[in-house]
Amino acid sequence: MNRATIDIWVGAFVAAGFAGLLFLALKVGNMASFSLDKTYDVQAKFANIGGLKPRAPIKSAGVVVGRVSQIQFDNQSYEANVTFTIDAQYQFPRDTSAKILTSGLLGEQYVGLEAGGDSAMLKSGERVRLTQSAVVLENLISQFLFNKAAEEKEGKDKK
Amino acid sequence: MALREPLQRLGHSMTERILRLGFAARFFAYMLLHSGTALRRFHLTIREIYFAGVLSLIIILVSGLFVGMVLALQGYETLQRYGSSEALGILVALSLVRELGPVVAGLLFASRAGSAITAEIGLMKATEQIAAMEMMAVDPIARVVAPRFWAGVISMPLLAVLFSAMGIFGGYLVGVQLIGVDEGAFWSQMQAKVDFRNDILNGVIKSVVFGVAVTWIAVFEGYDAQPTAEGVSSATTRTVVTSSLAILALDFVLTALMFTGGNAG
Repeated sequence: MNRATIDIWVGAFVAAGFAGLLFLALKVGNMASFSLDKTYDVQAKFANIGGLKPRAPIKSAGVVVGRVSQIQFDNQSYEANVTFTIDAQYQFPRDTSAKILTSGLLGEQYVGLEAGGDSAMLKSGERVRLTQSAVVLENLISQFLFNKAAEEKEGKDKK
Repeated sequence: MALREPLQRLGHSMTERILRLGFAARFFAYMLLHSGTALRRFHLTIREIYFAGVLSLIIILVSGLFVGMVLALQGYETLQRYGSSEALGILVALSLVRELGPVVAGLLFASRAGSAITAEIGLMKATEQIAAMEMMAVDPIARVVAPRFWAGVISMPLLAVLFSAMGIFGGYLVGVQLIGVDEGAFWSQMQAKVDFRNDILNGVIKSVVFGVAVTWIAVFEGYDAQPTAEGVSSATTRTVVTSSLAILALDFVLTALMFTGGNAG
């Protein structure tokens, strides 16, 4: 086999390899949705973040507007300090509230933003004041059990 | 003394092994230092990419396709019990990109190309071609070994990427076309969960590491082979066994390093 034929085959092989990588990046991975557009960072404090993880989506009205970039524990207030990286094309009023929600019954957790009515917009480095923690199933169950026990006790007292 | 002889044997085999490991390391360093020819006269390397990479394409693509199809079939069986058959795309893509792509492609590469490299270099040694080169003042490591090494290092990630891509295509064929999982959910859930840097790039890094390990073992075993028919055959066997074990061990270490961080899920 002469050199030109080998060169063609190797060229086709390398091109196919890069095409495969491109396919993985664009069609399989999140390269297409992961834009390098401008973003801005906003902080929020939560009493409990539940199972929220870095890179979890931030949604407003169900549309992904950004991602959680950092989660830290604040040793002053004993709360979780979460950094949101939001796409610069989406602006939110300053009194926007953030909730930690779960998609589906067993799905992953994400942050839901609900826009407020303030005319001033959130700027980079500012803080979302209104936050609602994740629902922890154990707390919910224990609350339910306490209520149940209290009801039963009341029932007995009436008799 | 009755204890003397077994102890002596143990010590001998131990020092032998350490010596061989040291020789392999020096061989590796020498090969890297004398890679200039392989990279300057790149057609030498291109020729070896043809033999190691292009000729391995068929087995890689076919295995990738079938691994993906089987993953989709088996994954669907389990997922549909929990009513989440749409997650099939994530299952197929993540398991291929993170683990199966690099590992299975690496194992196939070791047995398809690694054994061929060992046998070729071993036979060159047995037929005294290597000695002849040295007589002509041609450095056999620069002329024969380094091009093969670099060809393996270049081919391996390309093969692993093609394996993963083909596997995902196979999963798509079975999952969407045959079983009837919703096509939009299949791709969009996959895109939402597969991260380019954490998943795809780490898979590529794995395959580069496997490429270095497999070709290093292959060229070393070939160069170190006893110059007899029996020696070449046992060197070829050693190449396949050692590089397969090396791939599995390295994969465990790399996975532990890459995917056990806080953002693994």
